[in-house]
Amino acid sequence: MPNHQLNPKVWVDKYSDYMFNFTIVRVSDSEVAKDLISETFLAGLKSKDNFKGEASERTWLISILKRKIIDHYRKINSNKGKAEVRITYNDEESEGDWLEERVRDPFDKTAEDKIENEELGLAILNCLGTLNEKQATIFKLKTIDNFDTEAICNEYNITPSNLWVIIHRARTAMAECLKENWF
Amino acid sequence: MKCNDANHICDKTQYKESSFWEKIKLNLHLLYCSVCRKYSANNSKLSEIMNQSKIEIINTSEKEKMREQLKKEMAK
Repeated sequence: MPNHQLNPKVWVDKYSDYMFNFTIVRVSDSEVAKDLISETFLAGLKSKDNFKGEASERTWLISILKRKIIDHYRKINSNKGKAEVRITYNDEESEGDWLEERVRDPFDKTAEDKIENEELGLAILNCLGTLNEKQATIFKLKTIDNFDTEAICNEYNITPSNLWVIIHRARTAMAECLKENWF
Repeated sequence: MKCNDANHICDKTQYKESSFWEKIKLNLHLLYCSVCRKYSANNSKLSEIMNQSKIEIINTSEKEKMREQLKKEMAK
């Protein structure tokens, strides 16, 4: 069994985007998501002696993140004070059985789509994690942030043909990695 | 046209950076080259799912902030 080790120096580069996408579907606010991720890193650093090396680094960080997300919901709920639930049972407008009207709509596809999108997003980020760092960064900037070729070339001090070689390798590797489950 | 060039145009096309003539040359090449046809199909599929995923990344300066914060905490 591989004994995993923690290396906080690479956390931001290796896991922040993965964690961000994990969080954003759960809290739907990117500022909150970023704060939760920062908090998670700091909490991870503080309790790194508790890490037994049984799970991977990412799994371990995600488990801390989950707790942070729950805490976040607790906090905003207590801010609201006592929640008030108001349901009108005899609504003039709607006929029929009120209970039936309030159960989950099986034809509501948005929830399912959301889950599938999350899975896809995490699968992509997983595959990005298998690329080398330069390839991953440049591919992300170009494909997700839609940066200009020129802007990226200036930032990383490479020529456009360098850039396209990197993009080509990244795309080939990404397609290979995602092929099995998503193509 | 060589396959390398075809793939290069195909990559550029994914980011809408290929010219009209390049696209015509690419399509002519694809008519007779099954290897590039396959690459091209996979490449488009990749673009499609990247779009579909609505994936987001944290911008560089925010990441830098996180890195700094973590570094400060590690030094303690």
